[in-house]
Amino acid sequence: MSEPIKYGPALLLPGEQLHIAMNNDTEGFWQAAKEHRLTACQCAKCGHFRMPPGPVCPECSSFEKHYPDLPGTGTVFSYAICNRNPANGEPYVYVPVVVDIDGAPGARLVSNVTGCDAEDVHIGMKVEVVWTEINDGWVYPHFRKA
Amino acid sequence: MSWAHMDKTAIVGVGATDYYVRGHSWPRTVYDMACEAIINACADAGISPHQIDGFAYYSGASAGYTGKLDTGTFMEMLGMPEIGFSAALTSGGNGSVGSVGLATAGLMNEDCKYCVSLMTLQQLPQSRLGTVFGKMDVDWQNSFLQPSGLVGPGHLMSVLARRHMHLYGTTQEAFGEVAIATRRNTANRPKAVRKKPLSMDDYMASPMLADPLRRLDFCLETDGAVAVITTTADRAKDCRQKPAYVHGVSAGGQREWSRAFTWYGMPDPYFASSGHDWPAKRVWEQTGLSAKDMDVALLYDHFTPMVLMQLEEYGFCEKGEGNDYVLSGKMRYDFETGKGVNGGTPVNTHGGNLNEAYIIGMTHIVEAVEQVRGTAINQVKDCEFALASGGPASIPVSSLILRSA
Repeated sequence: MSEPIKYGPALLLPGEQLHIAMNNDTEGFWQAAKEHRLTACQCAKCGHFRMPPGPVCPECSSFEKHYPDLPGTGTVFSYAICNRNPANGEPYVYVPVVVDIDGAPGARLVSNVTGCDAEDVHIGMKVEVVWTEINDGWVYPHFRKA
Repeated sequence: MSWAHMDKTAIVGVGATDYYVRGHSWPRTVYDMACEAIINACADAGISPHQIDGFAYYSGASAGYTGKLDTGTFMEMLGMPEIGFSAALTSGGNGSVGSVGLATAGLMNEDCKYCVSLMTLQQLPQSRLGTVFGKMDVDWQNSFLQPSGLVGPGHLMSVLARRHMHLYGTTQEAFGEVAIATRRNTANRPKAVRKKPLSMDDYMASPMLADPLRRLDFCLETDGAVAVITTTADRAKDCRQKPAYVHGVSAGGQREWSRAFTWYGMPDPYFASSGHDWPAKRVWEQTGLSAKDMDVALLYDHFTPMVLMQLEEYGFCEKGEGNDYVLSGKMRYDFETGKGVNGGTPVNTHGGNLNEAYIIGMTHIVEAVEQVRGTAINQVKDCEFALASGGPASIPVSSLILRSA
């Protein structure tokens, strides 16, 4: 095996590069993010969590949903280390991550880990949410080591 | 209970253009290349293009992932007088080999007599597959993916590979062996794009693009077209070539996989997989066969870890044992004996997407046909059954078993 690569600090892609769009089902998630509340879509009838939010519960077929406040913590399920800014190909270290969200069993969020060196990220790492403003006044949830 | 349509249809013609490095097919067009591939496939089958009366596409009838193919345009260009079947599997390259099952559906319903499945691909800068996800307009669904910077297929796949390494101790050397073992198979192939022998040192020196994946874990970016013609077993007897019987074919998947690496909600063990559990189960049920009955495996290889994972899901080895299976040489083709190495089954005797050409999985069907005909360049001795796969990507993921006549 070759020597582990030293990547250095894991960054977030520049906020002006980050765009989101939403519909009637996902707006609740992004409105909560604007208020720095981490949530996930939950069936109001049977309690099943689903992400991204869709119109109907896959377990009980109910169209009723809500967006409960969650602790804002989670666990790294898997990740990649990328070393180029996709917008221009310039060197840029960032760590896309799949997070198991605490308080929402089965729901995951795809985001980034920041605030540590990329090579220090690992599966099973406990993380907490950080908020960064992006385009059009929306707010993007990412994570740092808890 | 075996499949009602087992051996009722056969692939009777295969045709291709040259394979070009990405963008180098210009100023040809996707229709120019598609028509050449169809005409070549008809010549191989010994029929006229005017006898084609069905189209069974995949990837939503797209050329690559951008432009749409249109059956009426093909009629206008190739002069087919009547079309009775024009259909496509949804999603992307995952349906490649499943398109032969769609053709079988059209043939068994007597909608058509000679059905084409094809892909034609030209990756000019605006339609380069490696960047196409990142250029998609942001929508309600990909707003939960794109901001993370997972914009290329290699980025997306690296997250699954990482989980496999975590769960089972899979090593980068095993991914390297997938590239090395299949590169050995292109040295003697005139049309192949990558032919130079590859060592583990070469692999380890390859730049990391999406850690844990290196450039040599990524498949080629190429242009070209490939077409295959499927007909009924009765008509196949009158064609020029020995029929390659459609022995089993599936295109689908299970909820745990669904949108796969554009969703990332898959529970273990499906997360660190290629999504082939379901299509594998289905073809084994259809045929009563298992991995040990396959003489050769043509596994969709857009990224090396996905080959290792498919070997597990088809049952060439147990889940989690892909690392040791691959590193013991069991993917390799033995040029001396025309058989596998160390009790394994030769994989991608044509070099695959990684080394020969990437026409979104169609070259795997061509190789499966040539293997059961007995005319392959790297011919497996006494090849009776060839397995070919499509995907791994969102559902439908597909699987095909061809039987020799």
